[in-house]
Amino acid sequence: MSNKGKSFWTETIKTFKLIARNKVGLLGLILVTALVLLSFVGPLLVPPETQAHTDRINKPPSAEHVLGTDFQGRDNLIMVIHGGRDVLLVAFTAGILTTLISVAVGSVSAFFGGRMDSMLMTVTDIWLAIPRFLLLVVLATLIELENIWMLAIFLAIFGWPALARQIRSQVLSLKKREYVEAAQLLDLGAAHIILKEMLPNMMNYIMIALITSMTTAIYSQTGLVFLGVVPFGNNWGVMFSLAYAKNAIYNPNAAASLLAPMGAIILFQLSLVMFSRSLEEIFNPRLRTGV
Amino acid sequence: MSAITSVSPPAKPATLRDHLERITSNFWLRTVAQKIFIVWVVVTVTFFLIRALPGNPIEIFVMTLMDAGMSEEEARTTAASLMRIDLDAPLSAQYVDYMGNLLKGDLGDSYVLSRGKAVNEIVFQRLPWTMFSVGTSLLISFVLGMFLGMLAAYKRNSWIDHLLTNLGAAINSIPNTLVALILVLLLGVTWKLVPLNLMRGSLSPGVEPGFTLEFLLDLFKHYAVPGTVYVLSTLGGWMLAMRSSTSSTLGEDYVTVARARGLSDMRIITAYVGRNASLPLVTGLAISLGFVVGGSILIEKIFVYQGVGLLLSQAIAKRDYPIMQGILLVTTITVILSTALADMLYGWLDPRIRIAGGGGVNHVK
Repeated sequence: MSNKGKSFWTETIKTFKLIARNKVGLLGLILVTALVLLSFVGPLLVPPETQAHTDRINKPPSAEHVLGTDFQGRDNLIMVIHGGRDVLLVAFTAGILTTLISVAVGSVSAFFGGRMDSMLMTVTDIWLAIPRFLLLVVLATLIELENIWMLAIFLAIFGWPALARQIRSQVLSLKKREYVEAAQLLDLGAAHIILKEMLPNMMNYIMIALITSMTTAIYSQTGLVFLGVVPFGNNWGVMFSLAYAKNAIYNPNAAASLLAPMGAIILFQLSLVMFSRSLEEIFNPRLRTGV
Repeated sequence: MSAITSVSPPAKPATLRDHLERITSNFWLRTVAQKIFIVWVVVTVTFFLIRALPGNPIEIFVMTLMDAGMSEEEARTTAASLMRIDLDAPLSAQYVDYMGNLLKGDLGDSYVLSRGKAVNEIVFQRLPWTMFSVGTSLLISFVLGMFLGMLAAYKRNSWIDHLLTNLGAAINSIPNTLVALILVLLLGVTWKLVPLNLMRGSLSPGVEPGFTLEFLLDLFKHYAVPGTVYVLSTLGGWMLAMRSSTSSTLGEDYVTVARARGLSDMRIITAYVGRNASLPLVTGLAISLGFVVGGSILIEKIFVYQGVGLLLSQAIAKRDYPIMQGILLVTTITVILSTALADMLYGWLDPRIRIAGGGGVNHVK
């Protein structure tokens, strides 16, 4: 037991050292962690802004309100702290679901081949050939999305086809490797070969796919919120959409209430992209030499 | 000679099954059938979502009419005549009716935005604007991205490569809504470089379309900022794709051979590297051309650009379902056509694919 715990820690430290070798990736990881802490721990420490303050509407940043106040006089910093949770949850959930679907479809399709392959790939091609963002918008107005989990599932259903194709081509090439052929000869079973032999060898692909799907999920989510199709709660998307709707863009004093949530979204996207750089190195040892 | 003929089996008369097989295995027929199938799926799914779901838009529309003081009878007839469906008919009959109209090219009538006007007419009024603004920016972004991507690949691991790839990846991940808002904020409000409130919409009031200098200048004035946003937000993708494509081409034997033969760099870049490296991008361009019609719903909304995207967002805000459905149908068809074009282009540009024949072409997304 203690042995197992020890090896876990040494593994973690080893991984961290690998991440630390790439400065950009390390910065990305630090920023992602900071934003996660800000959005999940922050709300426990800072009480939310529940009411409007008519005496301080649209104030520019000051010592008292570091990020200024919005059109209802609410402090932008507090709003940003409380507005991250939903954005991040949707991004993580949609990212994980998208990756799961594409790994399942891609690997089953490539591994079994034949009729299964042509059937799954036809479905994938159909999904790829549809103007998905427009369909997403139209369907989101029809099916009223009630909570963030539904939104995440919805985004995942729309996000998987391109990734599934990539995973499929990976599995196709892995299928030709000797160790996979050996496993097939030993009759280890499809589930074992896919999960134990192939997946660990495409971890780099899958991790990067995960991050790409997370950024895509944020991209679509921002758009949907801006169009007013998914109106719920307080989150970064809702914040800048509301500020925009209240003409904050033409009011120099209100610029902060537009820039604060937008900055948070952009920062999160950039730190994810940066972090994916060092993930590439961790999972692809051939890249490790050059930093 | 006679020995050979006696060995070969007697020619079987072609059966019906053989004919059928030849028809179903025909690449073009299969492609066309698949495309039609996709359009049918999209149309059917939206049809049933709009009409069959509980609390569907038609019921809601009837309710709002009743709230406005109509009797239920009146409200139902109004709704039925506006949406040209018989509310009392079973769903299957409504579906057949709707599909029949569609085949005649009739997308129905708008019922909120401009009541009773044909969706066809409304959409085709907006189409030129979107196609002009998104189309030109797509071409600019494509050409610029190819150039920068090649530059990055040639100067691999230099500072310029790092700058370009990092910037490209960064811009690629920022939602284009935010790019647009930041540009508006910087150019229009903070630096006051451009008079943004004069630039909303796609033309100034009073300017008539035509080949006049006034029209062209005004057209450009309204196009400049949204055009920049389109170019900026798509440039990164093209650049990264071109960089990786060029990098792998540079490692090919025929490039080494060309160098060994002492060909000039210019000739190698254009005829050997450029031509081959741009192959996967050309298909990508063909696919993107299809998406031009849908425009950018978000950017057009921000700049009040009178295109299809703005129409869609207005239709969504007012829940004008026939328009939403119409735009979705038109864009689906164009996207599918352009994907087919991309498949064809790829086979034509790259003979290796043509020899493989028949199989599904993997298009680059």
